[in-house]
Amino acid sequence: MKHLQLALAGALVASLAVPAFAGKSDDTLNWATDKEIAVIDPYFSVTRELVIMGQMGWDGLVLFNSETGEFDPLLAKSWTWDGNMAVEFKLREDVVFHDGSTFDADDVVYTVNFLLNEENGVPAASIYNWMKSAEKIDDYTVRIELNDPSPLAFSYLSNEISIMPAGHYDNAPTGADGSKDYSSVAPVGTGPYMVADSQTGKSILWKRNDAYFEGGPKGTPEIGNIRYRTISESNTQLAELLTGGLDWIWDVPKEQALRMEESGQVSVVNEKTLRISYMAFDVDGDSGQDFFTDKRVRQAVSHAINREAIATELVGPASTVIHSACHPDQFGCTQDVKQYDYDPDKARALLAEAGYPAGFEFDLYGYRQREFTEAVIGDLAAVGIRANLNWMQYGSLLDLTHKGKTPINHMTWGSGSVPDVGAITPHFFSGGADDPAKDPRTAEALARGDTSVDSAVRKEAYAEALGIIAEEAYWLPMFTYAKYYAFSKDLNFTPTSDEIPRFFEATWN
Amino acid sequence: MGECHLTFLKQNGLDTVIAFFIKRLVTALLVVLTVSAMTFSMTFLTGDPAIAVAGENATQADIVRIREYYGYDRPIPVQFMSWLGRAAQGDFGQSLYLNQPVSIEIFARLKTTMTLGLSALIFALVLAIPLGVVAAIRPNSLLDRFALTVAVVGQAMPSFWFALTMMLWFGINWRILPVSGTDTWAHFVMPSIALGYFITPGVMRLTRAGMLEVLRSDYIRTARAKGASGFSILFKHALRNAIIPVVSLAAVQFGFMLGGSIVIETIFAVNGLGFLAWESIQRADLPMMQAIVLVLSVFYIMLTFLADVLNAWLDPRIRIS
Repeated sequence: MKHLQLALAGALVASLAVPAFAGKSDDTLNWATDKEIAVIDPYFSVTRELVIMGQMGWDGLVLFNSETGEFDPLLAKSWTWDGNMAVEFKLREDVVFHDGSTFDADDVVYTVNFLLNEENGVPAASIYNWMKSAEKIDDYTVRIELNDPSPLAFSYLSNEISIMPAGHYDNAPTGADGSKDYSSVAPVGTGPYMVADSQTGKSILWKRNDAYFEGGPKGTPEIGNIRYRTISESNTQLAELLTGGLDWIWDVPKEQALRMEESGQVSVVNEKTLRISYMAFDVDGDSGQDFFTDKRVRQAVSHAINREAIATELVGPASTVIHSACHPDQFGCTQDVKQYDYDPDKARALLAEAGYPAGFEFDLYGYRQREFTEAVIGDLAAVGIRANLNWMQYGSLLDLTHKGKTPINHMTWGSGSVPDVGAITPHFFSGGADDPAKDPRTAEALARGDTSVDSAVRKEAYAEALGIIAEEAYWLPMFTYAKYYAFSKDLNFTPTSDEIPRFFEATWN
Repeated sequence: MGECHLTFLKQNGLDTVIAFFIKRLVTALLVVLTVSAMTFSMTFLTGDPAIAVAGENATQADIVRIREYYGYDRPIPVQFMSWLGRAAQGDFGQSLYLNQPVSIEIFARLKTTMTLGLSALIFALVLAIPLGVVAAIRPNSLLDRFALTVAVVGQAMPSFWFALTMMLWFGINWRILPVSGTDTWAHFVMPSIALGYFITPGVMRLTRAGMLEVLRSDYIRTARAKGASGFSILFKHALRNAIIPVVSLAAVQFGFMLGGSIVIETIFAVNGLGFLAWESIQRADLPMMQAIVLVLSVFYIMLTFLADVLNAWLDPRIRIS
């Protein structure tokens, strides 16, 4: 009887054994995030995951090299600027799409024209509306005209503008309301991986494109299959990583990352990102709590917060304190501006000078990583400023911010992975809804930087704007974000600060 | 019992029965309408939906474009009536995130959630009913205490903690069950137990109470006097009657599990309706959120209605009250 029970238990265990999907053994890199992906098209799914998979399935004309800070040729072999308003690309002649068709100038022209046609309703217009037109010069030469001088053009060409085969969207199905459903067109690109299977909201399997051209900056893909899975719960992601169901995860909470690092079961890396944390003051007093209309109060708050401690103790070793309203890795982001060191005594003195020797009470708003904001509140309390925390969803908070109802909001900005000041500072200080000060001096300087392709002119203009922002303490730039990555010991993977994991470069150890 | 029903119908007339059903049906429809209006309004309380849809890093121009494109600039009552009219025809619109018809996606996910809900219910009934019966046969015995412990633990333990503990032992330490996903039936084992265990206490206590009451009744005493076997008394006579309220409770709990599986589906990456609801809230997919709440409410209300009807059929006194 005992033997029978043992045999039954053994059979049960065998029948329930975890199927071996993952890893080196079956040449499949399994990675997961919490996002459901239904649309596999880089233009009609504006998610980070599609930016990542976009780089796997499609190529742009150029590719940003995070090591050199320059743009490498990808589908283009070379390019020549014609003044500030046009650029001519010579294209590679050895590229084929996943469906076997040959890549040439018609595909680039088709893609640009599709994007520029407003009727197609491609979201995130800012990534393409800097282009005026694309013209075929010959089979492998294309000229792109610009609407205005656009220093971010190559950043968009690298991360956002994926080249589709000519006619790609022409046979898109028509939806119930009569409009074309471009998002459901089967994905076809030139990238190092192609879609082999997709289950809405569950997983997407990519297989290696063995016909991928050689000698490009993406290299030759080595891993056979890459499978994306949606797993919402971070504990579940960790469990899958530990049991071999996954090979790669990110956004691991710090405590868990440190514990995993100690266990030695997986590789753990903390890598900086282009996202920054900042506090924006209600400079004009629209919120009804007018403490922050006084520059001395804004400076007092800036001196009261121990940003260094938050960055190192809470965010991670790759995080750094910043002093300008941008990320130090972005082009034009000088840190040579007025700096506010952690100095509670100075904060108290400034408060007394401003007429608040006993401090005051106000409403502080935040939406992301509550523990960071709570640390800020603790520091403010130490100098007598009592902050009431209002924790909200991003959309609701932004709505209030635009209405001017937030005395201080603790926010973040990721710049869409664009390594240029043009992707952050002009958004906040050119007089728009997110501008806390609407200072015409910053708007003018930023406009100069945004409309020039001369690096020196741009640097000077941005430095001027950043100097004003720091001097007036319109913002308190806090720190750069850092992400914890955890991945299988079998995987050879290097993270990059633009938060676009290059799985096509990964190999097995 | 059938004869009793007939007698009741003759005494009270068919009109009473129809009036009862109509009253309950109208109440159910009013609840559905109220729930849908509340759901629709609440999604606007959290601020401008256009900002939520546009997401982080969106420019002001993007937000304005989205507001106009989706018609969020129209008055809320106008938007509600337009939505209600389409919803009545089964058209819940297009998911803002998944970019496909909401009704198709909900139907696809409902199958997974139903599978999970049913297997959880079966687990709960298989565990709870025998425990309830055993506890009733030997009240205040060691067995009864054990059953009580199971009930108290099930009620007190947060389901997410129970789920993660199971995952730790069965998934990570012993590696006998897959941690997450829905690829095979083995993937449903842990989620079903985690979901089903939560309703076990209620079913068990109700079975126990029902059995205790029935076992003390005259007809059981008569059956014993007539020399019926213990097994026959327990299962043929007692349990059949004691289980009546359990059936209606199970129907209601099934509805609860369909809606309440959000945590379990999220933990075990079960691609069902609860998970979809959670994700839709995260990404401000308004048409999807509104439709899920409505569909789940309709299910819950339908099951409650069925439970009412079932109870009324089984116990004519309810129809009078």
